[in-house]
Amino acid sequence: MSASSAFIDEKGGSASEPEYGHDPASGGIFSSDYKRHDDLKEMLDSNKDSLKLEAMKRIVAMIARGKNASDLFPAVVKNVACKNIEVKKLVYVYLVRYAEEQQDLALLSISTFQRGLKDPNQLIRASALRVLSSIRVTIIVPIMMLAIKEAASDMSPYVRKTAAHAIPKLHSLDPDQKDQLIEVIEKLLADKTTLVAGSVVMAFEEVCPDRIDLIHKNYRKLCNLLIDVEEWGQVVIINMLTRYARTQFLNPNINESLLEENSEKAFYASDDEEEEDKKDEVAPLAKRKPYVMDPDHRLLLRNTKPLLQSRNAAVVMAVAQLYFHLAPKAEVGIIAKALVRLMRSHSEVQYVVLQNVATMSIKRRGMFEPYLKSFYIRSTDPTQIKILKLEVLTNLANETNISTILREFQTYIKSMDKDFVAASIQAIGRCATNIGEVRDTCLNGLVQLLSNRDELVVAESVVVIKKLLQMQPEQHSDIIKHMAKLIDNIQVPMARASILWLIGEYCEHVPKIAPDVLRNMAKTFTNEEDIVKLQIINLAAKLYLTNSKQTKLLTQYVLNLAKYDQNYDIRDRARFIRQLIVPTDKSGALSKYAKKLFLALKPAPVLESTFKDRDHFQLGSLSHLLNAKAGGYQELPDWPESAPDPSVRNVEVKDSIPDWSKCTSRKDRKEKKAEKPFYSDSDGESGPTESADSESDSGSGSESASASDESGSGSESGEETESEEEEEDEEEEKKKKRKKHLDKTKAKKPVEESTESEQSSGSEERKRGRKAVKNQKSASESESESESSESGDESEDESEEESESDTDIRKKKTPVSKQPPKQSKKESKKETQEMSLLDLDDFEPAPASAPVTPVNFMSSSLVSDLEGLSLTDTILAPTTITPSGSIKMYELLHRITGEGLAVEYCFSRQPFSPDPNMVAVQIQFTNNTNSETKNLHIEEPRLQCGMRIREFAEIDVLSAGESVTVVMGIDFCDSTQAANFQLCTHTRKFFASIQPPVGELMTPVFLTENDFKKEQGKLMGMNEISEKLTLGEKCVNEHVIVERVTATANLSRVPCGSDKECRFAGKTVSSGCLVLVTVSTKEGGRAQLTVNCEKMLIGTMLVKDIMQALSQ
Amino acid sequence: MIHSLFLINTSGDLFLEKHWKSVISRSVCDYFFEAREKAVEPDNVPPVIPTPHHYLITIYREKIFFVSVIQTEVPPLFVIEFLHRVAETFQDYFGECSETTIKDNVVIVYELLEEMLDNGFPLATESNILKELIRPPTILRSMVNTITGSSNVGETLPTGQLSSIPWRRAGVKYTNNEAYFDVVEEIDAILDKSGTTVFAEIQGVIDACVKLSGMPDLTLSFMNPRLLDDVSFHPCVRYKRWESERVISFIPPDGNFQLMSYHISAQNLVAIPIYVKQNISFFETGSSGRLDITVGPKQTMGKTVECLVVTIHMPKVVLSANLNATQGTYNYDPVTKILLWDIGKLNPQKLPNLKGSLSLLSGAPKPEENPSLNIDLKIQQLAISGLKVNRLDMYGEKYKPFKGVKYVTKAGKFQVRT
Repeated sequence: MSASSAFIDEKGGSASEPEYGHDPASGGIFSSDYKRHDDLKEMLDSNKDSLKLEAMKRIVAMIARGKNASDLFPAVVKNVACKNIEVKKLVYVYLVRYAEEQQDLALLSISTFQRGLKDPNQLIRASALRVLSSIRVTIIVPIMMLAIKEAASDMSPYVRKTAAHAIPKLHSLDPDQKDQLIEVIEKLLADKTTLVAGSVVMAFEEVCPDRIDLIHKNYRKLCNLLIDVEEWGQVVIINMLTRYARTQFLNPNINESLLEENSEKAFYASDDEEEEDKKDEVAPLAKRKPYVMDPDHRLLLRNTKPLLQSRNAAVVMAVAQLYFHLAPKAEVGIIAKALVRLMRSHSEVQYVVLQNVATMSIKRRGMFEPYLKSFYIRSTDPTQIKILKLEVLTNLANETNISTILREFQTYIKSMDKDFVAASIQAIGRCATNIGEVRDTCLNGLVQLLSNRDELVVAESVVVIKKLLQMQPEQHSDIIKHMAKLIDNIQVPMARASILWLIGEYCEHVPKIAPDVLRNMAKTFTNEEDIVKLQIINLAAKLYLTNSKQTKLLTQYVLNLAKYDQNYDIRDRARFIRQLIVPTDKSGALSKYAKKLFLALKPAPVLESTFKDRDHFQLGSLSHLLNAKAGGYQELPDWPESAPDPSVRNVEVKDSIPDWSKCTSRKDRKEKKAEKPFYSDSDGESGPTESADSESDSGSGSESASASDESGSGSESGEETESEEEEEDEEEEKKKKRKKHLDKTKAKKPVEESTESEQSSGSEERKRGRKAVKNQKSASESESESESSESGDESEDESEEESESDTDIRKKKTPVSKQPPKQSKKESKKETQEMSLLDLDDFEPAPASAPVTPVNFMSSSLVSDLEGLSLTDTILAPTTITPSGSIKMYELLHRITGEGLAVEYCFSRQPFSPDPNMVAVQIQFTNNTNSETKNLHIEEPRLQCGMRIREFAEIDVLSAGESVTVVMGIDFCDSTQAANFQLCTHTRKFFASIQPPVGELMTPVFLTENDFKKEQGKLMGMNEISEKLTLGEKCVNEHVIVERVTATANLSRVPCGSDKECRFAGKTVSSGCLVLVTVSTKEGGRAQLTVNCEKMLIGTMLVKDIMQALSQ
Repeated sequence: MIHSLFLINTSGDLFLEKHWKSVISRSVCDYFFEAREKAVEPDNVPPVIPTPHHYLITIYREKIFFVSVIQTEVPPLFVIEFLHRVAETFQDYFGECSETTIKDNVVIVYELLEEMLDNGFPLATESNILKELIRPPTILRSMVNTITGSSNVGETLPTGQLSSIPWRRAGVKYTNNEAYFDVVEEIDAILDKSGTTVFAEIQGVIDACVKLSGMPDLTLSFMNPRLLDDVSFHPCVRYKRWESERVISFIPPDGNFQLMSYHISAQNLVAIPIYVKQNISFFETGSSGRLDITVGPKQTMGKTVECLVVTIHMPKVVLSANLNATQGTYNYDPVTKILLWDIGKLNPQKLPNLKGSLSLLSGAPKPEENPSLNIDLKIQQLAISGLKVNRLDMYGEKYKPFKGVKYVTKAGKFQVRT
């Protein structure tokens, strides 16, 4: 065997036969197996790495060839701790291969891996876990379990990925661990990194694919991460989400399917008949209540669509099946192009894709019709591909294209490939049955083939003609005669049987020929194949019944021959027929009906595709390909009749926070330290790419900050989920109204009303008021316990994403402060939900419990304000902290100029996760027209030099009267220049421009008092701008000042010892320059404003804005 | 997912096995051998073979069968795509993927397979990461290794695996920074007897060879991007930029890779660069036939057609061919029944012609059908679709790279029916 000429190379051209080993140490050549291993052992025992390596390479080569190398186990396992990486790797290879056979010895290596699990290098930890979990030794199950659990909360996402990989390994080793493993899976599913997502879903699919409930909370995240997950993970996730969506959403085609049913009945699966009743019930219902797609359903479709462009055929197929199973009928078409593209790939890929296309083309023929020619067959295609293409072509045939297809088929019949020719003839037969107009043409063509020289072609034609004739035998007695003549020449049993059957069936049309044929067949009876014999008996019986005068003796003869046949079926049949047709005294009542029995009108056969009904298997699956359930196949569930509660997908924060409800506000720093592991966890999630900038340790949701850092390339997770949720929020509200949850609404109403009126009177702008109310609603809902899991959590979840802007939170505070009794009741609950808003490091312990409650509602940027509050005094009612100005909405497009489309925007003050250097602009579209607006997107941004825009994802459809909120990012380059662009709908383009107030160009930064002073010291001179001013009448105290300043500019409060001074810090979004603001109050309403900023222009403008705000 | 992998050559020798879970006896391959026997041609072995306890998913590439064993439901394309990726990786590492190279580098092959799958689930399939883990062999390195006893396994730990752009390794450095793009278009066409186009489309790929230091961010734009009907991208390409601006924006992997592939469909008129006049006929009596083929240029956009080859799969009854070629050489292989006419450069002034007689097996009936002609050709410096790269911009790095674009048109599945 040349198997290891490898070593010639490795050893620099040693001429020895490597199989027998060439020991460089001794130079001897050993020929016996036993000794050869001896030689390897010797090399492994040496203390030279090069010898060990050499030995390991030879051992691995043996393993590769399937040779047994298990007796070397002790010698190899000793080297598990070898310093040389390659030796180590090869030892691992060996260990994983043989550990199962040598369990006891394998245990020797375990401690090495356990040590490796503690290594500071993440890659070593990962590889240790990988090998440890690959050793299939039952004794170490507890060790593996422990290691997996530990790795699942490792800092490094790579190690966590490895942990996810280890889960199915352990599960297959010891299925009893399932419950514990599910816990780990649950934990890892919550992971926010793309690296882990694919692997954990794979583990989920292998261990607990039925625990669909674990997916709810992670659904949106998975959808959003999908595009950045590696390709193999994408396939697994998409397949899982397909199943998930089938259980959670409504059938998008529920209305159309009714209309379809009549026109396309022929293409419908038989199970539709059963469903019909059900649909009839649904129909009136559906008419009353038009189908509205769940936004989560839409999210899935939208986020998977780009993956049709993947280079990986498996990903494309996965998306295609997702669309086929989940998308509204009108949208399924987009997958055709991608699938046709795959046909250019390797023949194996073609094979699988064609199988799926064949199934799809039965149900949705229109989809592939434009690509008809792509399925044309080349003589160089492998036969199996040819036959599948033929199948697709046949499925696509209809009245309009049948002539082209038949012309194509004509060339196929001449092919050298006989199997393919036979399939082509069958295809022609199928076209003829399906399309009435061409039946005669096809039949004539097939009859011509009967004179073909190739017997196979003739035989196949006979079989097909038989089926076609059955449909209209009267007109074609000449064809039957022709075929009767053929029987002498055709040897293929199936064809002979077919001809005999035809003659028997239509013996009335050929009364003269039929008995003659029987006579001939009786002569050769004994030499015929079984199916032919059966047909001869059949023919005899039929003739006996119609023409007993001529054929009585012949029939007797045939039956006698059959009586002594070797095959019991034939003997049996003969006996049965004799009893039926030959009247004897004993024969029962049946013989009277013999004629009816034998010559009953038989329904014409339906020639249908073998791919019909295959779509009850999930497309793209192995089971679909084999048309049989493969092991571990998960049934694709039917659509639910009514959608399950969509709120289960709302993400709750509290799940991930252990025992926070216990923590009181009085908790001191030490306690917080004790909780540290959790936080280090979430730090870890951010992975190595996370930069330890000041924001992340002071920002509220370190988790989401890290997530955005991580997947910077494009997961707009934060924003998208948010907007989705907002949509859903509305949706839910609607639904609630529909469902008439009277008790709850009633309970809520007074509260809402009161707050509403107060709020609107308090706010200057109507719009602002509305928005506030909306938020309040959610806040108040979160208070009513029964609703807490619905929209209440939504708002929390938003804030968890670090996205809830401070002003929003202030708004939430309003109702709280106005309803003190209620608030106190629910205090503890709220605490648990919203605690995560805070980052502990910046959370100064508050001296009194009363003012702390509002703390819980605040985002990070307000924490410092409150610190100030708690430090100074508590006399102030919380109301006063609330800035009257909620987020200010600006108009982008008036509804009149926009022809019914109104667009407003605001600066949400949330970090824009895809690009931290961009300002997030929240845009709200409202469609005031009666028709839907489609394809809302941005075009042709005209920007100042250096400015950049990250557009929101195109809004496919905005139905009449609806609003949608999206977030886009703009890098203004720290200037107040407007960003100009065109806002496009499917019909119109509008010019739009967004100009930011200077205060929105910054983002809060947390500094301690000392840091502030230090930084301020660096920004003196030209960089400092100072102005004296007189405070407005309302600026009576510090808190109003704080509120006014933070409303003007997106800054955060810096703690300060003096009560005469308020300090604020921030940095510009684009370039990250520090912006420091100091307001020191003096006697008599006078004050001094100081702004320190490297960018003088920004400083000057900011001074102007703040002055204006304070002097009002 | 993938349990085991067996590599089998065309003569049925099993020369490599690798198991990712517990060991599966190689006797499972008997089912494959059975199917292989039945299929006659290696092309016709069904990609998926069910056996009582396992499923075999097979690909056939470079005269090797990659037979993978799976036990439970898994998307078949997942496995097929992965196996092709394995074959491509071998090709990438050893220059070619053949039985000899695999046997010669069996240890590296084994190490690669070990890294590519973990418990049957793909782990690292990006060539950039793999090359960091296991260095590809070169003549120089294997010499050095022999002398110094150092190894092929990377000393550094692969950091690419951890980053958000796993396809590019960190710390790339070149003294000459260069980026080359090859636009390769293949014409798939079926022409019928009379020379009319039954079906034609263009399949294009852009192969890139990028050797740039650091983390360059490239943007490639076309003069006429609307031409592209359907595209698929390497994972590095930002899909959103393509959707909105029709430019290809990406951080490239290091080295050779396929940036994108595209498709220009039959709906647009596809230029057919040559025409073929042919007449192949077999006589009723005398067991002989005649063949007369002329090839001429059609729509070549003023460029020369090169490497023109006509291949004909003759019917089985054709014993030999006695022909005369005015240009190039012809060769008839009586075993495979393939007539190959290598023309070379197409001269528009003097059209190449192949003429002569065919002798058939005496006594055998005349073949029913005429064989179809498969054409191979190449046109340099032309993308037949008219696609043009407009410019390539680089961001993120200071140096000025050397850039180049090359266009080639080839015949893909180009068939003339007779």
